[in-house]
Amino acid sequence: MPTINMLQAINQALDIAMAEDDNVLCFGEDVGGFGGVFRATSHLQEKYGKARCFNTPLVEQGIIGFANGLAAQGSVPVAEIQFADYIFPAFDQIVNETAKFRFRSGDLFNVGGMTIRTPYGGGISGGLYHSQSPEAYFAHTPGLKIVVPRNPYEAKGLLLAAIRDPDPVLFFEPKRLYRASTGDVPEGDYQLPIGEAEVIKEGADVTVLGWGAQMEVIERAVEMAEKEGISCEVIDLRTILPWDEDTVVESVLKTGRLVITHEAPRTGGFAGEIAATIQERCFLYLESPIRRVTGLDTPFPLILEKEYLPDNLKIYEAITASLHY
Amino acid sequence: MTTTAQTHSPDFLAGDEYSIATYAVLSQDGTLYNGAEGPALERDQALRIYRAMLATRVLDERMLAAQRQGRLSFYMQCTGEEAAVIGSAAALDDADMIMAQYREQGALMYRGFSFDEFMNQLFGNELDYGKGRQMPIHYGSRKLHYMTISSPLATQIPQATGFAYGQKLAGDGLCTIVYFGEGAASEGDFHAALNMAAVHEAPVIFFCRNNGYAISTPSVEQFAADGVAPRALGYRMHVIRVDGNDVLAVYRATELARKIAVEDNKPVLIEAMTYRLAAHSSSDDPSGYRSRKEEDAWRAKDPIRRMQLWLEAQGWWDEEQEKALQDQLRREVLDTMKRAEKRPPPPIDSMVTDVYADVTPALQRQLDELKRHVRRYPDAYPRGARSLDPALGQDDDSQGGD
Repeated sequence: MPTINMLQAINQALDIAMAEDDNVLCFGEDVGGFGGVFRATSHLQEKYGKARCFNTPLVEQGIIGFANGLAAQGSVPVAEIQFADYIFPAFDQIVNETAKFRFRSGDLFNVGGMTIRTPYGGGISGGLYHSQSPEAYFAHTPGLKIVVPRNPYEAKGLLLAAIRDPDPVLFFEPKRLYRASTGDVPEGDYQLPIGEAEVIKEGADVTVLGWGAQMEVIERAVEMAEKEGISCEVIDLRTILPWDEDTVVESVLKTGRLVITHEAPRTGGFAGEIAATIQERCFLYLESPIRRVTGLDTPFPLILEKEYLPDNLKIYEAITASLHY
Repeated sequence: MTTTAQTHSPDFLAGDEYSIATYAVLSQDGTLYNGAEGPALERDQALRIYRAMLATRVLDERMLAAQRQGRLSFYMQCTGEEAAVIGSAAALDDADMIMAQYREQGALMYRGFSFDEFMNQLFGNELDYGKGRQMPIHYGSRKLHYMTISSPLATQIPQATGFAYGQKLAGDGLCTIVYFGEGAASEGDFHAALNMAAVHEAPVIFFCRNNGYAISTPSVEQFAADGVAPRALGYRMHVIRVDGNDVLAVYRATELARKIAVEDNKPVLIEAMTYRLAAHSSSDDPSGYRSRKEEDAWRAKDPIRRMQLWLEAQGWWDEEQEKALQDQLRREVLDTMKRAEKRPPPPIDSMVTDVYADVTPALQRQLDELKRHVRRYPDAYPRGARSLDPALGQDDDSQGGD
């Protein structure tokens, strides 16, 4: 299997989807001939023509409104929002329209064909508006699916699944990993399941849960903890909505401890939802309070980014504190 | 790249130097203006249009009364705008997509949506295609190519651009018409939609019902410009302004717009000048913000009366037929209303379907929990209880009554 980076994996997924189905269209700002500011859509316009891979005017609410209409018509739009920080002008189209299309029409119409791809997350000196992790805003919206991959293999398999999924999917791509994360990826077509978390390492003492670029950070924290004889079970949530409660419950029933980490701010972050659910379903099995290692409740800072981010040291501290409670 | 001509003197252009004339064919007495050219409308087509206009008026009057009696939670009338809505819908292919705002029930009526179908939605009963989930007047019909309405204003406008782009790629020779009021045209989605349609050459007709008011806000507080039509020029788009109470002008303009959209893949903006004769909705009382005199002046321009006089002048209609049709429509509306309001509500299980293509495990757990709760307190949840056990909650249906 060839070793490629996450951008190449995403590009392969788009290429496969467009080759397989003429109804698949890729569009957004700078997505056309240039191939996207991160080059995720490189060469797609050359291969599939300007009608199927094109630049849009610079208007996020228009991009998603257009995608809603295309999907309702029967096309399979893969819309790109250049940075997740700029998805908010389209918030109305996504929350009031995309998410509710099937429900409100009694299934007369749906926009299940659509996928919204957007780079997200910090760690690239992006400051306030090139670093945000807005998944929790959307997690409060029934009707959407939200998927976050952690490496190139996951990115390709989950993106192909998202494009073919019968529901609209928000696909958040951890841009810090675009070129930094490389791995073996099959050249052909394959899919990974949406709505399923993955236990990527089994352990007995504590469950450590995250998604996206945090998985790599968790890995480093767990290495430190295991040197001290703490056995960690590591779970990649992969799908934020609808999330896989059962896999997490099963793990916590075994370990009795849970540490959740995400880059987004603490208050209203998705860790709160997970913590509340696990507390309800695992109350008698919990040996210590569920811990959240997250960004601060501040806008995402530039110079103090390292201090802001929930890094491996902060996660390691939470793991040991959980064990010694 | 934008290419521009050069000038060496600082000449500002003023916005008020432009005005767009209103295309009108039919005067209020039913005769054509001198030199005016109407559409080649056949008798059957003209009568189909007229019937839809009258049926819409009758439905609206009856359902507003039903709302006032407390039989219906909410209603919105199309009154005064029937010619704009139905005249334009009639100029389309019946397979073209219609995306409406909420005051375009006439287009659905024209396409053949039955009184039963209207009523099932209004009462949200078990036969409602929308499964009782949305407020009254949020209609949709897949078979009639009428996209389900949603309340957020203008969101359907960029969706229409996308839908039309898909139609162009599919190559089926169809287009999309999207209706919206002059108030909704102030939303950002209007700008997004027109600009994208012009850039991507989508076969879409943007149809603005400029009826003078957005709830209480008069159009002079909506925009400083000469209406909505001049904005099309900034997007390099075809545009026409029509008398929205003149069914012949609306029909002809839309017929030509459709040709531009489908044959040249170019979007078109139509601004229909009309007047919202009724209140904004059953929750609104316009006497607080506009004069009786103004309303009366527009009542004298009633689009239905105008078409009726024209039909009579053609020898296609008379007072007797008018009376017979009105009586028949009133009777049908009343009968179907009685049928619809007696039907049971959608089953409680329909609360969790269609959120996703498949019900998620978490949602199934929430439904099961709710059903246990409703069974414990059936009197507090009569509709839910009835759907769990038809013997329960029969007497407590607040939407009942004959």
